[in-house]
Amino acid sequence: MDDIALSIKQLTVEVEGKEILHNINLEIKLGGSHVLFGPNGSGKTTLLMTIMGFPKYRVTQGNIIFMGKDITRLPLDERARMGIGMSFQRPPVVRGVKTRDMVSACLRGRGDDETIGKLASRADLSDFLERDINQGFSGGEIKRSEILQLMAQRPQLALLDEPESGVDLVNIALIGELINELLEKDCPIRDRKCTGLIITHTGHILDYVSAHTGYVMCDGTVYCEGNPHEILKTIKEKGYKACVSCSVRSVPNE
Amino acid sequence: MSEIKSSETLKKKARAAASKPAAVGEDIDLSAFVGEAEPQSYRADASQLPARAKEQMLGVGVMLDDMGQRTGTYIQTNNTPVHTSATQEGIEVMAVSQAMKKYDWLSDYFWKAVAVDTDKYTASVELGQYDGYFFRALPGVKSQYPVQACLYLAKAQLAQKVHNIIIAEEGSELHIITGCTTALREEPGLHIGVSEFFIKKGAKVTFTMIHSWNPATAVRPRTVAIVEENGLFLSNYVLMRPVRSIQMYPTARCVGENAVVRFNSILVAGPGSSLDIGSRVILNAKGAKTEIISRAITTGGSIVARGYVEGNAPDVKGHLECRGLILHKEGIIHAIPELKGTLAGVDLSHEAAVGKIAEEEVEYLMARGLTRTEATATIVRGFLRVDIEGLPPLLGAELQRAVEASEKELM
Repeated sequence: MDDIALSIKQLTVEVEGKEILHNINLEIKLGGSHVLFGPNGSGKTTLLMTIMGFPKYRVTQGNIIFMGKDITRLPLDERARMGIGMSFQRPPVVRGVKTRDMVSACLRGRGDDETIGKLASRADLSDFLERDINQGFSGGEIKRSEILQLMAQRPQLALLDEPESGVDLVNIALIGELINELLEKDCPIRDRKCTGLIITHTGHILDYVSAHTGYVMCDGTVYCEGNPHEILKTIKEKGYKACVSCSVRSVPNE
Repeated sequence: MSEIKSSETLKKKARAAASKPAAVGEDIDLSAFVGEAEPQSYRADASQLPARAKEQMLGVGVMLDDMGQRTGTYIQTNNTPVHTSATQEGIEVMAVSQAMKKYDWLSDYFWKAVAVDTDKYTASVELGQYDGYFFRALPGVKSQYPVQACLYLAKAQLAQKVHNIIIAEEGSELHIITGCTTALREEPGLHIGVSEFFIKKGAKVTFTMIHSWNPATAVRPRTVAIVEENGLFLSNYVLMRPVRSIQMYPTARCVGENAVVRFNSILVAGPGSSLDIGSRVILNAKGAKTEIISRAITTGGSIVARGYVEGNAPDVKGHLECRGLILHKEGIIHAIPELKGTLAGVDLSHEAAVGKIAEEEVEYLMARGLTRTEATATIVRGFLRVDIEGLPPLLGAELQRAVEASEKELM
């Protein structure tokens, strides 16, 4: 079990009284990047928000094990401090709280203004440090700011929610580079300290970030696990319906 | 009390308004307060004031031990001016009574901006001939550092009454810090401050006022600024400490083309505090602009946050923004933004929001590893952070320090 970063067992989740995720089983190995495909509304974001520990996402059954510890009942901030980080698809604007304040909070004393400056420059956000977080940011700026915060937070498990959505081609290349840096792509997998779980419905991010495991989620259930490029090819050719009807490689419910 | 000249017409108007309540806010019984306090001795060296008084004054931005970063200083204890000094040529700092002796024309400025019969508070200042500060920047002179004033209330049951005149002559620049505070811990007191600002063509005045009273003090400031062509009036007000009752509605009248006025207020009302505070701008000349921003937090007190912009000339522009946070179940915030346009071509807008801290924002910060308490504190700190355009960096930093010092008590 030492090489498992995240293990999800028979997880059922409700949001405002409605069951969204049904009996999910998922194992994510330490290091490397993992991609969760799925159409809009399939429950991908719900899964990430549940792993992160947002109170609105109520676990009614099953467990979430992170680095060997059961975190199912732990509060959001404790999970963040244990090493889970998330890049949000649509983060809120927090008026008066500067991008610099957010990066500094993520660093938790591990760096000074110079560190913040270097990280911001890497994400091409130097001019955004004194701006209110997410206020008037474009799609690409939001994504880069989210990844900038994760680079400061240095999580062991990075949950990336649609990092390519609403982003132009120039930005997507830079976002790809930043994700590769966050996930330590230049190290051998065994030496990497950060595991990535990326969710996408278009798969475009795979042109920039290599991933070695793919999963398919439809209607709140994980249907498939395999080579991400092969999965994407099938989705492109036959649509998500093919994944639902394909029973060959479905993830068995324990 | 001083030898301030006054016309019989003004006296008559004041007498007629002697029992006229203010248009809004709690009525204060003036007879419950005494009008006289024993005279204070004048101090040529302000650093010789008692240590506790200096410490309290420092808390509202008035520095007496190191005045290197101040162009001038005025200190008034109760109803007596106890120190005046100025270090820059062309920047005048005096008691109004002194200035009246020096300049015959000064009486023309009395009650020219504020109507003497506004209410019983203005009337009582006129009828008692009270002193106050006189700040003036001569034409084209720019104050290198701010001038500072402290109005210090040190006698229980006293009505401290002040009449200030501020004149920025053409093309000048004047930065002012006014700190109002009290030596009293819990005894009642009343502060009535009339301030009349005259901002001439192309002049710029920044006025930063920090209040720190006690839970038994009642406060009735009466401020009006007249802003001429291309003039700028930038007013910042900070109230974060307990008070019994404050009612004020400072007003700026833009009478010259392209005059600009900005009002920023940071208000915190703890249990037992009742604030009725607004800012009003009348845009009477072509191209005049204003922005009014207020941030109000209640931790149990009541706040009426008013705002009024009136556009009476072509191409004027005004925006009002009022945001309130209720951090306690018994707190009340009543935002009343008002806009009035009297011709086509005015551009007036407002936004107001009152509520609790958005849970989504707290959780966003918690997802970065902050505890709920840390996340809430960060959001409240951000809420109180108003970036003030046009404020010199030194003043901006001091304002921020004053806010941060009080934040610790708030959390």
